[in-house]
Amino acid sequence: MKFGVVVFPGSNCDIDCYKVLSNVLKKDVDYVWHDTENIEKYDVIILPGGFSYGDYLRCGAIARFSKIMDSVVKHANKGKLVIGICNGFQILTEVGLLPGALIRNNNLKFICKTVPIRVENNTTPFTLNCEKGQVINIPIAHGEGNYFIDEEGLAQLEKNNQIVFRYCSEEGLIDEKSNPNGSVKNIAGICNKAGNVLGMMPHPERASELLLGNEDGLILFKSIIDYLERGHFE
Amino acid sequence: MKAVVYVTLKKGISDPQGNAVKEALDSLGYREVNKVRIGKIIELELEDMDKEEAEIKIKEMCEKLLANTVMEKYSFEILEG
Repeated sequence: MKFGVVVFPGSNCDIDCYKVLSNVLKKDVDYVWHDTENIEKYDVIILPGGFSYGDYLRCGAIARFSKIMDSVVKHANKGKLVIGICNGFQILTEVGLLPGALIRNNNLKFICKTVPIRVENNTTPFTLNCEKGQVINIPIAHGEGNYFIDEEGLAQLEKNNQIVFRYCSEEGLIDEKSNPNGSVKNIAGICNKAGNVLGMMPHPERASELLLGNEDGLILFKSIIDYLERGHFE
Repeated sequence: MKAVVYVTLKKGISDPQGNAVKEALDSLGYREVNKVRIGKIIELELEDMDKEEAEIKIKEMCEKLLANTVMEKYSFEILEG
């Protein structure tokens, strides 16, 4: 089982992802520079958070044309796992592996705080250890995390059970008050139709060690590991 | 030759930046402003080519990179000389 954390110029959560996998979970993980073309040895590709290419033009717009991205698309199309966190989610929408777009937070603020999110779909490789409806507390840190999708696209997401996480209250209520950035239907994370590509704005890698105050994020990484070890869903 | 590309948010996409500028204009006393929407202007300096060829190329650039058509629309003009 091998993980690859892609590093773009301007990535800044790559080290956190790497350390969670190597130090906390004792898994085999590499940093993979953005001009790498052969990523066949990896089972899971992580596109980390940060400000790839300075977020110039639009978040993720330039990273999406990095050499590695053609290989990431092929990797995803083979059914292998891809997770994009924050800037990684933005890159996944730009490259077309996930629908919709991330636009400016509706309050114009860069928001950096821990928020509760509710697991809407626990049948993905990333959430199989979660209960449906489980509330986990995960930090967000973004200026452009307002998920937008048109009505037709939203209907598709709902129909195919592609909404994986929504922002909620501490009790798990989905309401306007718990929506930090204006995202359509409080959406915090979605997967592709096949379920092997996940994009999420919250940062599970920042909440995976008790020393840092919170390990709610570990459940995602452990789900991925269990999925790979079993090779299938239970 | 030169071209100017205009990238603007689609109708219905919220523009908090535009709203903030509208409020700032309000506070400066420009009460006649009802709405502000902010977009981008991208200036391109190009090798000389047929106008038709340039139009095809620029459209391609817009679709691929310059605009994200999920949330933005684009237009452009080609300036001779």
